[in-house]
Amino acid sequence: MSSENPLTSDHLSKTIKLRLQANEVEVQDMSGGCGQAFAVIIVSDIFRGKNKLTRHRMVNNALSDEISHIHAFTQKVFTTDEWEEQKRLFGSS
Amino acid sequence: MSEETKKAIHEAVTSAPVVLFMKGTPEAPACGFSRATIQILGQQGVDPAKFAAYNVLEDPDLRTGIKEYSDWPTIPQLYVSSEFVGGCDIIMSMAQSGELAEVLEKANALVPEEEEPAKGESAKEEPTKEEKA
Repeated sequence: MSSENPLTSDHLSKTIKLRLQANEVEVQDMSGGCGQAFAVIIVSDIFRGKNKLTRHRMVNNALSDEISHIHAFTQKVFTTDEWEEQKRLFGSS
Repeated sequence: MSEETKKAIHEAVTSAPVVLFMKGTPEAPACGFSRATIQILGQQGVDPAKFAAYNVLEDPDLRTGIKEYSDWPTIPQLYVSSEFVGGCDIIMSMAQSGELAEVLEKANALVPEEEEPAKGESAKEEPTKEEKA
């Protein structure tokens, strides 16, 4: 559709770190390479004290250009403390 | 977005206690995220009489307009009591935490629980019907 290069996980990850001051980012390319579908986990303390809707809006706004070019975007967002709790509960790292 | 589209969306949002803007229909969702959302609403026990779904694929103005109206970039989008709740990720996580049930209950949008048979209150109009799973 667009003449630009397709979005890569690496680029998206860097963009998220920069724009959302994330200290941890996990980007999963669900598209099979076409750069159209991503699932991301974002850990940043800018989410502290914000409810879920506000957090998702912060991400959507920070990535509005990127999201408008792709077909599917799934996000899970945590503060550092919540992320530590997740890791404790589910043993992932 | 034209005033006309804005007005049409406003009417859609207020047309039922629970309103979903989705790709496809509840019977035939056209996208995995819309399908997942419909499944969740079903599991929560949303009363079909209090639910309205709008297929954005049938209406290009709606498809672009609803994103602007809600300030939300993706479909599906859920409204409860005319208030924007979120997209698929939020709905899923609210379903897991129990928040979604609270929101739906507050909106009085759930199928009423079956009454205890021993209680004095009698069902008025509806004949009792047993549903076997």
